[in-house]
Amino acid sequence: MSDHKKIDFKTLQYAGQEGRLIPLLQQAQAQDGYIARERLQEISEQTGAPIAQIYGVATFYAQFRFQPVGKHILRVCHGTACHVAGAKAISEALESHFGIHDGETTPDREYTLETVSCLGCCSLAPVIMIDGATYGNLSPTDIKKVIKQHRQAGEEVVKT
Amino acid sequence: MKILVGLGTCGIAAGSETIYRSLAARAGNGGPKFELGKTGCLGMCYIEPLVEVLDDDGAVWQYGGVTEDKLDRILDEHVAGGRPVDEWLVWSDEGRGNEGAYLARQNRIVLRNCGRIDPEVLEDYLAVGGYEALRKVLQGKDPDGLINLVVESGLRGRGGAGFLTGMKWRFTRLATGDHKYIICNADEGDPGAFMDRSVLESDPHSVLEGMAVAGYAIGADHGYIYARAEYPKAIERLNIAIAQAEARGFLGDRILGSDYSFHIRLKEGAGAFVCGEETALIGSIEGHRGMPRVRPPFPATKGLWGCPTSINNVETFANVPWIIANGAAAFNCLGTANSKGTKVFAMAGKVRRGGLVEVPMGISIREIVFEICGGIAGDRKFKAVQMGGPSGGCIPAELYDTVIDYESINRTGAIMGSGGLVVMDETTCMVDIARFFLDFTQRESCGKCTFCRVGTKRMLEILTRICEGEGRDGDIELLEHLAHLVKNNSLCGLGQTAPNPVLTTLKYFRSEYEAHITNKKCPAHHCQKLLSYTITEACTGCTVCGRVCPTGAIAGEKKQVHHLDPSKCIHCDECYKSCKFHAIVRS
Repeated sequence: MSDHKKIDFKTLQYAGQEGRLIPLLQQAQAQDGYIARERLQEISEQTGAPIAQIYGVATFYAQFRFQPVGKHILRVCHGTACHVAGAKAISEALESHFGIHDGETTPDREYTLETVSCLGCCSLAPVIMIDGATYGNLSPTDIKKVIKQHRQAGEEVVKT
Repeated sequence: MKILVGLGTCGIAAGSETIYRSLAARAGNGGPKFELGKTGCLGMCYIEPLVEVLDDDGAVWQYGGVTEDKLDRILDEHVAGGRPVDEWLVWSDEGRGNEGAYLARQNRIVLRNCGRIDPEVLEDYLAVGGYEALRKVLQGKDPDGLINLVVESGLRGRGGAGFLTGMKWRFTRLATGDHKYIICNADEGDPGAFMDRSVLESDPHSVLEGMAVAGYAIGADHGYIYARAEYPKAIERLNIAIAQAEARGFLGDRILGSDYSFHIRLKEGAGAFVCGEETALIGSIEGHRGMPRVRPPFPATKGLWGCPTSINNVETFANVPWIIANGAAAFNCLGTANSKGTKVFAMAGKVRRGGLVEVPMGISIREIVFEICGGIAGDRKFKAVQMGGPSGGCIPAELYDTVIDYESINRTGAIMGSGGLVVMDETTCMVDIARFFLDFTQRESCGKCTFCRVGTKRMLEILTRICEGEGRDGDIELLEHLAHLVKNNSLCGLGQTAPNPVLTTLKYFRSEYEAHITNKKCPAHHCQKLLSYTITEACTGCTVCGRVCPTGAIAGEKKQVHHLDPSKCIHCDECYKSCKFHAIVRS
């Protein structure tokens, strides 16, 4: 990507502090949606940490992605309670609704599908989270409605 | 008259923001007069959204399952007319309400303010005695006495291992170092546990106060909260609370005019289950890959940046201000000989009332599942509870009189863990549950120890094979052998406990494994590849199943009973899910 703005990592509040790598990577991902190769180089140049070390840290944590993502991240919870309540069927319904697999992005670049371990809303299982909004007590047939509502209402949380 | 809407993550997911907005619109609209406020999570997740009405005389009325169209009646009859709507009332302090049983047996120490105060308003916390414990401690000027008090209370770490909190503080106090640190482990990674999220969202100041007290006890000047990035609401409210506490002098330099300074910083985790292990967590704060290291040295002597560090869990910290305010005796009179106080459980799975339950130690599993949580949803048969997440195990129905304390739970092969309690009924396949947890730990293994990295992978392959009907003679013995190797040859708790779900299900549900391997049957009718499908006479010939079948295994004329060719069936379950007439039978 050639059109991205350079981030001055030295001026960020974390720079210069010990333990800065993870917050810097989080910052880069918050801005671009993923960790671009150029960002790793920038962080390396400005912090002095070798790029291999930064890459090693970035790949260790599940949060960091190395591919561009869609406008919205749709997380499907596969925690224990959700598993018992049929999270697999929810994932399948989402995959067939969007025509993509886990980890992929829709062709219109609107939604990226992600499987996560637990969103901590176990008593509402099965649960999905679109950006910051949680939707619970779902059945596979609710999926169409939830996505439609989300497309219409933007960030608004609506009971399903 | 005041109305409070529960705005924890569960409540919001159930629609409480809509309720709040709707009430806000009505408040200024000439109708009945009331003051509108927010609160956190009361723990009754199964009946969200919750709306609390506070009468002018102080009486509390809690409504559950509130929808927008119920608001008119609540406002007209209760707020304007003074007649509570019993039909939707879940709880009231004078004993009315349909869900009183859920709260009656609970003893709320950690959750004392959850759902009672507005987590974003410091005055609310102060009004219920907030930061009084910190004030008392600073006035007492006796860190050793404070540590003795916490030791005497018998408080043990609520994160899972159950080490005595006061002892941990004492070791850290006695250690020498230029700096000392307090870390709050809020990386609640166990799938099935959500009490830490709820406490952070609903009562963040109690955790901050607990940390400041701990900092004073050990002589720390800095504290870190390591919180899961998956909990955006908790992080948002913690940031608000830290700013408020700093502004009012409860945190920062020279707290409350004393010479004690303590700063708290929030670190967002980046998604790694192993970072719940204390040395991995420290590595992560330092900006490294979160991999555990050999102990000793323990963090109490050599922790963050090489300095003495005490790491405690959210729930542990939330207990601390209460213990100081009420004394050690008030705490250690609850519970059993070696497990004092209360424990919060996150109830989920096939239980009728799911949510947060705080009970005194020593209560039995049966009492929690049946008396408090109303038993099994859909009146199915109770099969097991899973305790302790991926490090824990399944306790079968016949052991449901096991009491809750660290040692009794350990004897069953499970662990207390952080307190996730997932209830399972007869439709849950125990082999599949073991496979599910192994899949989790195998993915989350940091890769440092060979047995954890490779051993869990091999175990997962065997379990997957069994679930798919490819199990072989000797698989059970092989699983047991590998389980012991992984347990004994891993450095940290993740590897040492990863085989627990397999070992406990083998111990209590061995026949299910045998049915899968020998008879190629799944007794719970869960493992799809082991199911056979038949179409009964109830078929109306609607042709839906034929159309959804991806392999063309179903044939039949319209309005005629259809037929399924087992040789073509790939057990995808699509026909079963699509049939509206229950004409497809799985066996």
